[in-house]
Amino acid sequence: MQNALLGLSTHTVPLSGETDFAGWRDAARRLALSGVRPEDVAWIVGSGAPEEVSLPNPPAGSQLTVPREFVDRAETLICHFDPERFALLYRMLWRMRGEPALLKIASDPDIRRFEAMEKSVRRDIHKMRAFVRFRKIGEAEDECYVAWFEPEHFIVERNAAFFVRRFTGMRWSILTPYLCAHWDTAELTFTSGADKRDAPTDDAAEELWLTYYENIFNPARLKTKAMQKEMPKKYWRNLPEASLIQALVAGADSAAKEMIEKMPTAPAPHHATVQAKHWPAGSTSPSEIDSAHATSIGELRESAKSCRLCPLWRDATQTVFGEGPDNPQVVFVGEQPGDQEDIAGRPFVGPAGKIFDAVLDEAEIDRRKTYVTNAVKHFKFEPRGKRRIHSKPNAGEVQACRWWLDKELALTKPDLVVALGATAALSLLGKAIPITRMRGQVVTRDDGLRIFLTIHPSFILRIPDANDKEAERARFLDDIREVKKLMTA
Amino acid sequence: MAVLTTREKLAILSDAAKYDASCASSGAAKRDSRKSGGIGSTEGMGICHSYAPDGRCISLLKILLTNFCIYDCSYCINRSSSNVRRARFTVDEVVQLTVTFYKRNYIEGLFLSSGVIRSPDETMGELVEVARRLREEENFAGYIHLKTIPECSQELLDAAGRYADRLSINIELPTDEGVKKLAPEKKPETIRLSMAALRSRIEEKSEPTLKTKKRQRFATGGQSTQMIIGADATPDAGILQTSARLYGSYHLRRVYYSAFSPIPDSSSALPLRKPPLMREHRLYQADWLMRFYGFAQREILDGRPDGMLDLEIDPKLAWALRHRAMFPVDVNRADRELLLRVPGLGAKVVARIVETRRHRRLRLEDVGRLCQSIAKVRPFIVAEGWSPGGLTDQSSLREKIVSSCEQLSLF
Repeated sequence: MQNALLGLSTHTVPLSGETDFAGWRDAARRLALSGVRPEDVAWIVGSGAPEEVSLPNPPAGSQLTVPREFVDRAETLICHFDPERFALLYRMLWRMRGEPALLKIASDPDIRRFEAMEKSVRRDIHKMRAFVRFRKIGEAEDECYVAWFEPEHFIVERNAAFFVRRFTGMRWSILTPYLCAHWDTAELTFTSGADKRDAPTDDAAEELWLTYYENIFNPARLKTKAMQKEMPKKYWRNLPEASLIQALVAGADSAAKEMIEKMPTAPAPHHATVQAKHWPAGSTSPSEIDSAHATSIGELRESAKSCRLCPLWRDATQTVFGEGPDNPQVVFVGEQPGDQEDIAGRPFVGPAGKIFDAVLDEAEIDRRKTYVTNAVKHFKFEPRGKRRIHSKPNAGEVQACRWWLDKELALTKPDLVVALGATAALSLLGKAIPITRMRGQVVTRDDGLRIFLTIHPSFILRIPDANDKEAERARFLDDIREVKKLMTA
Repeated sequence: MAVLTTREKLAILSDAAKYDASCASSGAAKRDSRKSGGIGSTEGMGICHSYAPDGRCISLLKILLTNFCIYDCSYCINRSSSNVRRARFTVDEVVQLTVTFYKRNYIEGLFLSSGVIRSPDETMGELVEVARRLREEENFAGYIHLKTIPECSQELLDAAGRYADRLSINIELPTDEGVKKLAPEKKPETIRLSMAALRSRIEEKSEPTLKTKKRQRFATGGQSTQMIIGADATPDAGILQTSARLYGSYHLRRVYYSAFSPIPDSSSALPLRKPPLMREHRLYQADWLMRFYGFAQREILDGRPDGMLDLEIDPKLAWALRHRAMFPVDVNRADRELLLRVPGLGAKVVARIVETRRHRRLRLEDVGRLCQSIAKVRPFIVAEGWSPGGLTDQSSLREKIVSSCEQLSLF
């Protein structure tokens, strides 16, 4: 600017308006391609600018490339009120010819300034979306919503599309000192700046809004600095609710004290009636079925819902009990429910359950005629962000949960039980078994129950190599086919 | 009882809703009214349309449908034994209020909750009806958050998810024991089951359907919850453990912590004092560390036998002071994961550092320009031309940082 006034600039570029991005872009491209240095250019907006200016024509065939990101962000920056913005953008463009990664260098002074200005424009855009307050004028056909707003930067054009997307079915006008936007439910138009007196001064709905503002405030949590950080005073004059702030702040301390000091009172008159009707004595703790005397799997499942035999219930969603008929052909015992089982409340429905189902299918075993359960009935895990990492149940937890497994076996009286994996084997046989070595074998317990040993299907899931995985799945299928033979034998 | 005007009801039912911390309107799928010709849009990022003098954002019309309630939770102003004034909106009143406020750009949408009257299904049914009318009759595309009554039926839950952007079920208190003691009629088991049901429904609907290959809209803003802090004796470690469990188990978008605030006509079972706001603030910071900074829940409070967060300094600084052997970290070489552990470096700043250092070596002053205050960062980093020397291990480091950052100036 200074240079321009002193007549030292070799090039003075007039722009048609404060947000004439197309004009800036065209001029900047020509200037840069013609090698005009940033210090030799002055940018001028609107009146006072010379009518005819000849910009240099770049050499034929010359090209200028900049990252797309720069173009987008420059378009935002052009809305800033600082008259220096055009020069800053041109300087950046100039530098980018030799420093294509300039935008990525957050420590560069030009970039810091660019980012600070960009942030200021974005914030202004956001605050306009937040703090515009429409007032209704006219009724029915003539209904129209009008707002007065004072933005810091030249953002009305850039922000108008947001209000169109949001208030499509409404006729509205947003008046500002430099530009006004109007929407008639079909077309967006702009007119020149207006005065605050052009906007309506009242709307009956404001009384309700003020009532809401007053009552949603909690005087026990007064934090005026936090409020002002996000809603600076400069916006207050156009926010109807801001008229309440002073009184609310002044009264907060005594209101909060009153809340604390007010002595607890006797229960409200209707309380006894409500209690008697909805919570008759004893209704809050459901009558517990004695698990020791359960006569069916259904009863046993009910009583297991409130199991507290080990601490695993604390983090789990629910007890995942066994599933199947009371007189199954075979009982499958897994380790513990996983993430999916914990959510669904059913055993073997997650990824390992899918393999299990498929293999059973191939071995021609009908899962509906089998009883499927786990050695431990609650999911044990370590939370890791949005995931839960399975943790192996310890011997104590397995031991505690044997109470349920024993009851399940006593009620279903199977001829054959399949132990899927080491935890199931530990629970069924009371000692650690080397599964990989003993898989495919049948161990007969002292009480005569036959236990078939194999791996847990989740073992297959954990094998990274595809060929090894397929081979392991085939071995598992062989085991289950063996089970099928033993079932019919 | 005298007939109340809408304004009187609004006063009672917004006062009754102010103890709910959440007012978020972000995270929903993008949507606008250009095709429908109605009103309303959600564009991902929520907008705070105003701020109350308590510093909390006002984004939504946050009200109860009614503050009559059959539950008697001692921390709640609406418990059945409370002598608070009662009111009940009609469905129509809530719909009209929402539209009236929205058209004047006061709000992003509606956060509707309710006391439970008669039965959970009946109450939930009315909440869903408000949302249905807004969507189907008023052509309203703004944000809707419905509080979900845990015991309601699956059909109502499905309908709620169809109309609402976010659903939430309050966990109430950090432990089941706390719930049993202070909210004797509420069942923690049912609350967990409801959250699980919501998670599976949200996951199921986010898969494209077989026929249309389109995703069905179902609570695209996910589910959230709130727990009250300081009404029972659970230490911060227990609270964070519960949060970690909730994020992992039910994929919550947010856990809100609400410092127990004294309520008018309070129950004698509760502490009568100002809400522990600083504690609430530190819990949010710790929650952030778990979600965005790669901290495991256990790490945040390791070496704090009382299981409480330091009120004087933020949890990341407290952790760094306990693990000085890991520092200083070289900002020009260290992995992103390690940079995230440096006190005073936020996730955005770390991203900028990682990007910038591909082109330039960073000096201390460069880092200073990127972050808010270098005082907290300086002892923990090595930069071009800067090494903290013995500063990292100085016994008075904590005091030095505290005095230079004036950490307590917040209140």
